[in-house]
Amino acid sequence: MKTLTRNIEALGALLLAIIWISPLVFAFWAAFHTTSDAVNFNITSPWTLDNFRTAWAGAPWLKYFLNTFLLVTVILIGQFIVTTLAGFAFAQVQFPGRDFVFILVLMQLFILPEVLIVENYAMVSRLGLFDTILGVGMPYMASAFGIFLMRQAFKGVPIELHEAARVEGCGWVGILWRVYVPLARPTYLAYALVSVSTHWNNFLWPLIVTNSPDTRPLTVGLSIFGAPENGVDISVISAATMMSVAPLLIAFLIFQRQFVQAFLRSGIK
Amino acid sequence: MADHVSKERRRQAIYGWILLSPAAILLTTFAFYPSLATLWSSLFSRETRRRPSEFKGVENYTDLFADPTFWKVITNNLMYAGATVPISIAIALAMALWANSKIPARGFIRTAYFTPTVLPMIAAANLWLFFYTPGLGVLDQIGGLFGLPSVNWLGQPETALWAVIIVTIWKEAGFFMIFYLAALQTIPEDLKEAADIEGCSRWTYTRRIVLPLLMPTTLFIMVNALINSVKLIDHLFILTKGGPNDASKLILYYIWEMAFAFFDAPHAAAMTILVLVVLGVVAGIKFTILDKRTHYQ
Repeated sequence: MKTLTRNIEALGALLLAIIWISPLVFAFWAAFHTTSDAVNFNITSPWTLDNFRTAWAGAPWLKYFLNTFLLVTVILIGQFIVTTLAGFAFAQVQFPGRDFVFILVLMQLFILPEVLIVENYAMVSRLGLFDTILGVGMPYMASAFGIFLMRQAFKGVPIELHEAARVEGCGWVGILWRVYVPLARPTYLAYALVSVSTHWNNFLWPLIVTNSPDTRPLTVGLSIFGAPENGVDISVISAATMMSVAPLLIAFLIFQRQFVQAFLRSGIK
Repeated sequence: MADHVSKERRRQAIYGWILLSPAAILLTTFAFYPSLATLWSSLFSRETRRRPSEFKGVENYTDLFADPTFWKVITNNLMYAGATVPISIAIALAMALWANSKIPARGFIRTAYFTPTVLPMIAAANLWLFFYTPGLGVLDQIGGLFGLPSVNWLGQPETALWAVIIVTIWKEAGFFMIFYLAALQTIPEDLKEAADIEGCSRWTYTRRIVLPLLMPTTLFIMVNALINSVKLIDHLFILTKGGPNDASKLILYYIWEMAFAFFDAPHAAAMTILVLVVLGVVAGIKFTILDKRTHYQ
């Protein structure tokens, strides 16, 4: 009886896994077959790379890849600088108004940048950053979540190390750079993974603030490429989709453990 | 001595604010100021070439309340939240319990559950398009095997919202599973042993011991899922564009449409404020009630 329920459960788990992965598998299949073969599910039909050729020729993908790459890099660098400084201030520096400001920062966890699109668009335009990669990235740099994460990491650093560095004659900057930052390396790694995958996948805000192939990230490019008005067929869309998710997906499959750890660390306060 | 202390204190205060200034400036520019500006512009009429904008009080809000599309969108979003939050939590819990037990092919199963999390919503929508397309799509083909007629899942008001909901659940369940997995691993083995000695069935053990211990995680996930039910709308752009007849339109999509397709910023601002109020309530509940109750974590 016990083994029976166990087997049923194992079967259920496997079935769910197959259902969960199937959209990806079907798209993979479609990407490598002609449209008619793809929709007829003829297992013996020949594989082809034509869809990728058509997709690649249909849009400036290389530019899109480069833009996305630049975008996630700019955001990550900005976030590292801003959240390190703020996290350190909240964790180790005593100053009046600290707790009040910290609550203000926490509030930003709920004022989603996605919701403020109208005024943020006006702001970015006013700053002359419309249709620039910096304009896409800037609203995300002072991430409340990142500040919170860094504060937690820095709070865990033993005060003795701080004191020792001070006795050795390190200034604030030195202490931060030589003691705190190296000790928080796992947090940085986790944060980097979460940040990169979030912004690699972000869509609505980049859609609003970009207006040319020179700044458009992959997600926006993909949505324009796949728009029904363009009349692209399902195999070619699948190929384009596969192409644009490949880097992150492959990285995920290789570094799966770190990825999952990163997400875990980011979610648990 | 006292002089020295106060000098040190002043120095710390200056350092503190210097360290904080980049974050403070950016947060003010892209979160606090825009929130206030949104509130402000929600009280004015739209600026046109012929008429400058003028103060209208709460008229934009009353316009919204009189707009049937607005209510349609609110109903849709409530259904969207009402379906995605509990279903994705339930699936995430089942996934975690399975992925944590000793079953064959566990590595594959975990990967399969989690993979949708790393895909962009836009890509996810493209993948599902292949499922939903009438005639050619996977769902229709499967239905065809059983002699069912072709269904235009995305093209009819009865199913469009559900098609969107399924994609969201597919996308977020694996993500929530991770939090449950982490929580499950903190439950001490002794409890399982004690339950075995007492002759508890696995079901009783899960219901009476595991689920209560997972409660803080469930609340945490619930808050995240609620926020996601406002935020996750990217797939609408690919799948339905809110149609047909607004049947699958969600609030954030409507805000976008209002501001960037109809160029009606004041009404978009009024809607934004309403969303912020709701998010504020969620935040308030989280910081007061939930954080107190989850203290034993």
